[in-house]
Amino acid sequence: MKALTFTLVAEPPERLDLSPLTPERLAGIERRDIERIQIGISKHGSKVGDIFRVAGNDPLDIVFEGGSARLDRVAEGMRGGSVRVIGNVGAQGARAMRGGQLTIEGNAGPHAGSGMRGGRLEVTGNAGDHLGAPLAGELAGMNGGVLIVRGRAGAFAADRMRRGLIAVLKGSGDNAGSRMIAGTLVVAGGTGEMPGYLMRRGSILLDRAPKSLSPSFVECGAPESVFAAVIDRHLIAEGILKRPLLGIAPQKYGGDNAVLGMGEVLFPR
Amino acid sequence: MPNVSVNGITIDDTFAEAFGMRATAIIITAPNRKWARQAAITMTGFATSVIGCGCEAAIDVELPPSATPDGRPGCRVMIFAMGTDELQKQLLNRVGQCVLTSPGSACFAGLEGSAELKLGSALRYFGDGWQISKKIGGRHFWRVPVMDGEFLCEATTGLTKGAVGGGNFFVMAESSAKALLAAEAAVAAIGLVPGAIVPFPGGIARSGSKIGGKYKGMIASANEAYAPTLRGVVRSELGPDINAVLEIVIDGETNDAVAAAMKAGIKAVIELGPKRGAVRISAGNYGGKLGKFIYSLKDMLP
Repeated sequence: MKALTFTLVAEPPERLDLSPLTPERLAGIERRDIERIQIGISKHGSKVGDIFRVAGNDPLDIVFEGGSARLDRVAEGMRGGSVRVIGNVGAQGARAMRGGQLTIEGNAGPHAGSGMRGGRLEVTGNAGDHLGAPLAGELAGMNGGVLIVRGRAGAFAADRMRRGLIAVLKGSGDNAGSRMIAGTLVVAGGTGEMPGYLMRRGSILLDRAPKSLSPSFVECGAPESVFAAVIDRHLIAEGILKRPLLGIAPQKYGGDNAVLGMGEVLFPR
Repeated sequence: MPNVSVNGITIDDTFAEAFGMRATAIIITAPNRKWARQAAITMTGFATSVIGCGCEAAIDVELPPSATPDGRPGCRVMIFAMGTDELQKQLLNRVGQCVLTSPGSACFAGLEGSAELKLGSALRYFGDGWQISKKIGGRHFWRVPVMDGEFLCEATTGLTKGAVGGGNFFVMAESSAKALLAAEAAVAAIGLVPGAIVPFPGGIARSGSKIGGKYKGMIASANEAYAPTLRGVVRSELGPDINAVLEIVIDGETNDAVAAAMKAGIKAVIELGPKRGAVRISAGNYGGKLGKFIYSLKDMLP
């Protein structure tokens, strides 16, 4: 079987909802029927065949050749298999993903990995605001899985994160890890203002001291940490980082004491 | 088949008889080898025999930093018991009192088994609400604050129901010194076999026992047939040339591990030779009626 390939013919005339094009939802569907699936969300009502040239037949191995910031909800709710996008995607890529692997070889828009529960999302470029974060009205953000952004992330990365691992390798915007409930956020390359703002629990691991912290964070010393050694080794073994992030005795700040105060911001001294 | 002689050492035509046991393993790490060993030795103290200790435990192998989950020196410790409940109790008591307390220690699962035993998921309560749960790459850890930082402990470790306890052989020599030298050679060789431990002091038991005794309540008592001082007064198994017998008792993760350990130990005794070490090797059994696992000495020869 050959990878099911969607080749972008031209820039889409409208925003597209690509949530029907996941391994689960395409299983057992003929190519002709795939081409008739409606993905446009405006009066144009574009169908798959209007936007993409479809080839291949393996729904567990999906490739989008060519990207656009108008490709929203790529791989939404995906549970297994692999999806690869060669290009940019729009909002809510891998939203509520539960398993499998999504690779975006480009930039992702806002709310990438929003409410993820499992699987692995890797963005080779930058991600927009609210990485892994909940949509308005939702109680928790990312709830499991691994989310890697090789470039930069916008503001409010890992907002209300509850479980799992987010790694951002070239810096993040303001309020990274805001309102975190638990889980682990790794940011190399510096964060914006006040990482961990109103975090309850969870770990924010940085490669340098944050330029500002909410005043309700407190200094908690720098004892030797086996956790730091284990997470450093894990990040290297997973191919996320090339060298240790924290070292053996990182500096710890605890907070945010404006709320529960059981979170931590760790960085090498 | 009559007894055979290898390198001048008589090998009795007999077999070791062993039982099925429950076992688990953990990996203890520390800032250096000394303290990894210290934690491991402390938690495996008073763990020679299930008869009176509740479990049998010892260091299986020492691990270099490259082979541990946190890149520090470590030890793999194995614990054996007759039932899952007792094994769970012994594991938590020993890790809680001897590893949690040891400076700089951390504790990881050392076995993937058919079922799981609680480790950090019970010890976390020492944290009194300040413990932190972390899932890293599918493994679940607890971080418990202690006075030198944090005790990192994996939530669970594996349990195997396929473990074997009571593999053994007797090293029989003309003098105590020769018996001890031969037994030490055997213990050193078994130390290199992964998945097998020798739980007695330094790996050696001098009070090999028979089941029961004449006094009520004794589970085990003197094995007079192998006691040289009783050679003239009981039906003895010892010839006039034997003045000391030491037993090597082996517990293994699997049947194969016990067999490999017996082979390694017997090979070491044979290589040492009868002049410096043992003149005869035998083994303990109950006539083949009680244990599920039989290790015939003639199959264990190098």
